[in-house]
Amino acid sequence: MRLAMVIDTKKCVGCSDCVVACQTENDVPIGYCRDWITETVNGTYPNLTLELRSERCNHCDNSPCVRCCPTGASHYGAGGAVIVTKNECIGCGACIESCPYDARYQHPDGYIDKCTFCHHRVSNGLLPACVSVCPTKCMYFGDLDNSHSEVSQLLRNRKYKTLAPEAGTKPQVTT
Amino acid sequence: MKEELFISGRNIPNIDPILHVWHWPISVDLFFGGLAAGLLFFAALFYLLGKEKEYPSVVKLAPFVAPIGITIALICLFYDLTHKIYFWRLYMTFRLESPMSFGSWVLMFITPISFLWVFSYAREVFPKLNYKYEILITIEKFAIVNRRIMAILLLPLSVSLGIYTGILLSAFNARPLWNNAILGPLFLTSGLTTAAAVIIYFAKTAVERKLFNVILLGLIFLQIALISHMILGYYSGSEIQLEAVQLLMGGSFTFMFIGFVIVLGLIIPFILELFTYQGYKIPVIIPVLLILLGGIIFRFVMVDAGQISRYLY
Repeated sequence: MRLAMVIDTKKCVGCSDCVVACQTENDVPIGYCRDWITETVNGTYPNLTLELRSERCNHCDNSPCVRCCPTGASHYGAGGAVIVTKNECIGCGACIESCPYDARYQHPDGYIDKCTFCHHRVSNGLLPACVSVCPTKCMYFGDLDNSHSEVSQLLRNRKYKTLAPEAGTKPQVTT
Repeated sequence: MKEELFISGRNIPNIDPILHVWHWPISVDLFFGGLAAGLLFFAALFYLLGKEKEYPSVVKLAPFVAPIGITIALICLFYDLTHKIYFWRLYMTFRLESPMSFGSWVLMFITPISFLWVFSYAREVFPKLNYKYEILITIEKFAIVNRRIMAILLLPLSVSLGIYTGILLSAFNARPLWNNAILGPLFLTSGLTTAAAVIIYFAKTAVERKLFNVILLGLIFLQIALISHMILGYYSGSEIQLEAVQLLMGGSFTFMFIGFVIVLGLIIPFILELFTYQGYKIPVIIPVLLILLGGIIFRFVMVDAGQISRYLY
């Protein structure tokens, strides 16, 4: 099983529902977030294009955060999701420095926190909180190893990109 | 022309708008780690070369700074952890891929050896010292008998510690300013340079001063060469490296980098040491302080500027 997420930026309206759902589901402390919305405007006025993206940890196949973790607190969980074990994390910040997506933050309790692909929900057959609440249904989640899954079909049939592939991390969230 | 505007919906303190997870303790740790590594390297090398009597300051006196430096470095490292209660987890595993794991194990071995090393010379350096407890005399005897083994261990350990201070940063390919292979040897050279400066300060004989004057000149020259190589490497790199080097060459860190690290910390001490070599009387403390100042500012610049450099946004 290789879990992955696909975001259809043509359907995303940047409502931030995914952000709020994640904060509520995962008790993210006020003033922090595990996912966020970016708006990028490309081109030269008046020929501009706007892209809205819901971003989070990319649960990379070649995760620098897992590599650099001195205690093994950052590790690959079920389906390749990158998970942090709270009581193994010493809060050295190396994983934050190593992430080209800046997807991690220091929890006020000291340990490093990030998106888990809602593994507590996924292991019970549910979708991640952000995916389940998206009002435009622009987020897809599933198993890349299953060629019939929605994410596999989308990646076969649509043009897609990953963020900063030149960082060499093999990200598993595509847009 | 392509314009890209980023409107962030993120709210992560310490990351937005500028990543600043590693604060001053990391810079101080890297400085004292490098200094201690250099001092122990020279002490072990000169001991193994049989120059103990000829160069007493190198082998016996200057290394006293090393355990103090390592202790400061360790306190800084511990202070910077945000989940301190689990720090012992560092020693429950060894992860070769993680420079921090590698470095913490190196520190684990080099710290007691550095204390034992200076302890074995404590009564030679401070003749008035008198131990009241038998255990101290036993430890001293053990340390004196095992000096050669300690020196053999210290050589690779001190080089590892010195290189680790640079590799800790260069292993992060997410930070383009850090991600170059020169940083390890550069930090090692910088550590050796600061150590050679401290040794010159403690040097008692003209022979020691003369040799370390030459060593210092060579190390400063090597450091300038490595820094030039690093800068050229950025300029021949990809767009993210070109953006990253702007922080040092024309950005907010330029004054500190060029003014304090290169001119005040390397070029002026080099000229002063050159005059000393020619026989001019230059107060020893001036180049020594400048080199130490340049060394610590170099760590601050690299740690702070590196965190700003990034791939996205």
